[in-house]
Parts: sequence; structure tokens; C-alpha cells
Amino acid sequence: MMADIPKRLAAVWHARNLEFVRDRSTMLFTLLLPVMLVIGMGLVFGGKQRPLFKVGVLATAIDTQAHPFLRERYVEFVPVASEAQGIQKVTHQQIDLLLDLHGTPRYWVNTDSPKGYITEKLLLASAAGAQRQPVTGAAVRYVDYLFPGILGMNMMFSCLFGVGYVVLRYRKSGFLKRLHATPLTAFEFLTAQVLSRLALILFVTTVLYVGIGMIIHFHSAGSLLLLVLVAVLGALSMVALGLTIAARFSSEELVGGLLNLFTWPMMLLSGIWFSLEGSPQWVRWAAGLFPLTHILDAARAVMLDGAGIGEIAPHLLYLGVTAVAFLAFGAWSFRWRYD
Amino acid sequence: MSEPILEVRNLVKQYPSVTAVDGLSLAVPEGVCFGLLGPNGAGKTTTIEIMEGILTATSGEVRYRGAALDQRFREEAGILFQKTALQDFLTVRQSITMFRGLYQRGLDVDEVIRLCKLEKLADRDNRKLSGGQQQRLLLAIALVNDPVLLFLDEPTTGLDPQARRNFWELIQAIKARKRTLILTTHYMDEAELLCDEIAIMDRGRIIAQGPPRRLLHEHFAEVMLELPKQDFPASARSLPLRIIDTVERVEITTDDLDTTLRILMAANVPLSNLRIRPANLEDLFLELTGKELRA
Repeated sequence: MMADIPKRLAAVWHARNLEFVRDRSTMLFTLLLPVMLVIGMGLVFGGKQRPLFKVGVLATAIDTQAHPFLRERYVEFVPVASEAQGIQKVTHQQIDLLLDLHGTPRYWVNTDSPKGYITEKLLLASAAGAQRQPVTGAAVRYVDYLFPGILGMNMMFSCLFGVGYVVLRYRKSGFLKRLHATPLTAFEFLTAQVLSRLALILFVTTVLYVGIGMIIHFHSAGSLLLLVLVAVLGALSMVALGLTIAARFSSEELVGGLLNLFTWPMMLLSGIWFSLEGSPQWVRWAAGLFPLTHILDAARAVMLDGAGIGEIAPHLLYLGVTAVAFLAFGAWSFRWRYD
Repeated sequence: MSEPILEVRNLVKQYPSVTAVDGLSLAVPEGVCFGLLGPNGAGKTTTIEIMEGILTATSGEVRYRGAALDQRFREEAGILFQKTALQDFLTVRQSITMFRGLYQRGLDVDEVIRLCKLEKLADRDNRKLSGGQQQRLLLAIALVNDPVLLFLDEPTTGLDPQARRNFWELIQAIKARKRTLILTTHYMDEAELLCDEIAIMDRGRIIAQGPPRRLLHEHFAEVMLELPKQDFPASARSLPLRIIDTVERVEITTDDLDTTLRILMAANVPLSNLRIRPANLEDLFLELTGKELRA
């Protein structure tokens, strides 16, 4: 009966929460790993910028024949889709200069940026008549850029491995078979697991956000409520992905391999450590498939640029749709038994 | 006899290399304790798991109260598997409470705890229970929805004698509540003590079915004589007796004890280790299949 679904969900949800909270070693590890990572990365990369000069060019692709400046060595040129996006990057010192070569060359430079000052000198050597558009703004520290990445990475591991292996353990021990003998459906079981992990992830992420934020003196530029929404939809999508991977199989090696198959590309391509700007189109296209990419793009837009819901709506939509799709596929392909 | 609560028709379960259940049909009347007996590998667990709706049959059907197994069956059936692990870090009470939450109706958690004599263990981590205690917890979970029909798959396998006797008491208490039980076992004493009706399985088929006493009466003339093998000379094998060999003993069935004893004495068979007892289900299985049940 439909009326009993919440009751059954609550029963499984509560029992799973108890199981996790009492598993002290796992709980401690879940909390400590990201803290150590952020502190470690902050120490290694803190305050430093990447060694290259980086110039944004308003174009869909870089044509080195378009202007002699584009042939300068030790400068990385990246295409920038819109003027607004480019100016924002100059403001945050994510690029040292923004160049528009349509008609009379124009450029935007951050007067607070030492690297901007040098890049401007380089530009003027080959484009003396270019129009100057000064902007100001403090640099986004690497640790600020890294912070959402670390939170997202922790979320990814917790969602995929935390849920995938739990379901596998339940299946191998015969606990799933026992649940199968009750009125509980696969969809209810999976939903309870998703909700239990979601509650845990929101709790852990909040603790980390507040704790690490205090250590590195981070303040979000945008709405915290919007960040919670990103976290909720992002976690739902990735937990559902983890459940889908573990829905059918009984082999730890196979499930472990599949989880790695998803986590490693996400680790490398979703933009945890560095921005994918300037990377080949196919890499960005592939990265766009991963839920983590959308989580990080949306979170950084809110945390660093103060974006509103309208600006991150496509990311939220992608996360919501994938969450439902993964969960539905997981329930459809779910196996209770260990054979 | 009342209408069957559970009916199985022409059940077949085919695995790539073996036919585990081979055209099995049976009907379980409401309110009885029905025993499915057979040696390891006879197909008992496969059969009971198909009856529980856990396994899908290759062909044939299972009907609960005349209908295919559905949500109503899941609400009204209780199941104790041969082997089940529960969630880690949960106490006995929390494990029972979780399962109670999955059913519309059922017993109060405290009542189930009392019924299965788990009061002193209620707050213990379920991983820290002995084999017998663990089995009582799993029985409690099977009873949490106050099932009309209870499946018990080899419930006392691996328990020590004391724990087995305690478990039998619990099952008898459930029988007293007029519930229907379906039990698989390869312990004949268990079946004789608990079951009102039994079906004996071998190689995926039922080879005999009925109340234990009636089956024994049909197949045996009252008494069995047991002799150690070393006391039974080869020459005595030609005597006009119904002889069955087991691993350690020779068993003779007879409806005329005086004549049989006279024949044995005339053949100089030493009788100092002779044991006379009524036939039991173990003898019945041996008679029907030529195999020992615990083989």
C-alpha cells in the first residue's frame, strides 16, 4: 500500500543511520580525510599562482595568425565565450588579461594584479594602440578555488564507495535476501539508502564547510541556501549513481573496479584541482557528463562569483535529472540475492 | 480437511547442470505444521524458497489462499532462512524494530522479544549473540508481522542440543497460536516432534506424504530390531528376514517379534547388543530411498 511507503522508508533509513553512526572508525575517517586534504593542499599551493601568464581571448578558438601577440612564448591563450565571463575572470585574477581582437583591439586588465601589469606590457609591445579597460579585484586564492573541489571530491567518494560497498555487503551477507522476504520494494530500499547517505553527506559537508572555512578564512560570495541546494541535488545524483553500479553485481572486485572507473575520471576531469579551461574540447565534453563537474561548476559559481539560481539552473537540472534516471535504472536492475 | 493455505503445482526448478525440483506438487492445509524432509541436496531449500517467493521457478506455480504470491502474501508470511546476517552495530531490539517498520500490522516489539525469550538480550549488539540466541532473534524477526504462515528452513541446524530443545519449545508455542508452519529439516526427531504432516523429498521429488504416524504405519509393521554389524554373520543374511543395512547397524523390520527372535537364535546370532524400538522417520526414509537421511 502506498500509505505504508514512508513507514518502510523510515525504518530502513533509521537503521542504516544507526549502523553508520556507530561505526566510529569509518565516521572518523569520513570527517578527517577531507580536512587533511585541504590543509595539505593549502600548504602546498597556498597563495601561489600558476607559473604561466594566461590571457583570455574573446573567440571560439585561438587563431595564432590573427595577431602577433598570440604567438608570444610563455603565455597561455584561452578562448573565452563572452565578455562578461572574461571580465569576471580578470577581476578574480583567474586570467591575467582579456583581449578582444574584433575591430580595434581592446583589453581588460586588473590593476591590482602584478601579473596583469607584466602581461599588459607584453601586449603593448605588439599592439600599441589597443584600448585599455581597467578593472580591479582581489585574486581568488588557489585554496579558495580548491575548497569546493575538496568538498565535492569527499562527497563523490562518500556517495559512490560508501553506498556501493554497503549494498554489496548487504547482498553478500544475505541481509538483502531477508529484506526481499518483506513487503519492502527495491525502489523503497534504494530510496532509503539514498536518503540516509544524503543526510550524512549534508551533515559532514556542513561541518567541513564551517570548519575548513574558518581555517582558511573563506566567505561565500553567494547564497548559502543555494549551496545547500547544489549539495542536495549533487549528492542525490552521485548516491544514485553508486547504487546503480552496485545494484546488480555480487563481486567486490567488479564493483570496486566499476567504482574506480567512475571516480578516477571524475577526480581528474571534473575540475577538483584546476580549471579545465584551455583543455581540448572533447575533454570538456566528457567532463560535462560527470555529475561532479556540474556540482563544482555550480558551487564555484555561487561561492566565488556570487551566482544566483538562474545562472546555475542548467547544472541543477542536470543533477536532478541524472539522480532520477540513475535511481530508476538501479531499481529496475536491482538484485536481492547473492548467487 | 480445511482449504490449503498454500498450494504448489508441478513445480520445476532447472539449473544448468541439475534439476533441483522435478515436478513437485503439494498442498499445505491451514493450521498445520508441515515438514519437508530429505537429505542434503534433495531440493528442500530450493522448494521452500520458491514457496516463499524468493526464487523463481522454471515452471509450475505457487498459490497462497488461491492467488499468486503478491503483496498480501509478503504482509502475512514470516520467513526464517537457513542463514541470514543482520545489519552491523544494531541491537536486538533495533533489528526487530526495523523489520517491524516494514509491515502494516504485527506484534508489538516487546511482545515479540518476550515470545522469543530475548528480554535479557534486547540491548545487546546482534553480532555478539551465540548461535542459539541469533536463531531466536531471526525467529523474532520472522514473527514480527504476526504471520499467518511461517516458513522455517532448517531452523536448528548447527545448534547444540540444549539450544535445539529451547527452539522447539518456541515453535510449539507458535503452533499453539494456531499458525501454519512449513518446516524443512533433516533431523527426524525434529519432524516427529513438531510436524502434523510431512512430505519426504528425494532428488527434487516427493516420494511420500502424510501424517508421520500414518506413513510409519503404512510402511512398517510396528517394530525394528537393531544389531551391530559385527554381530550379524554373513550366513544370517540368507534368513527369511527383511534386512536393511545402515553404516554401523543391521536393521530388521518385523510384525512378528517372537518368530524373528527365534530365527535369529536358531542361526546363533548373538543378541546381547540387540535393541528393539518402534520404527521412526529415519527408517521410513531408508526404506523408501535406500539412503540415510544425514548422508
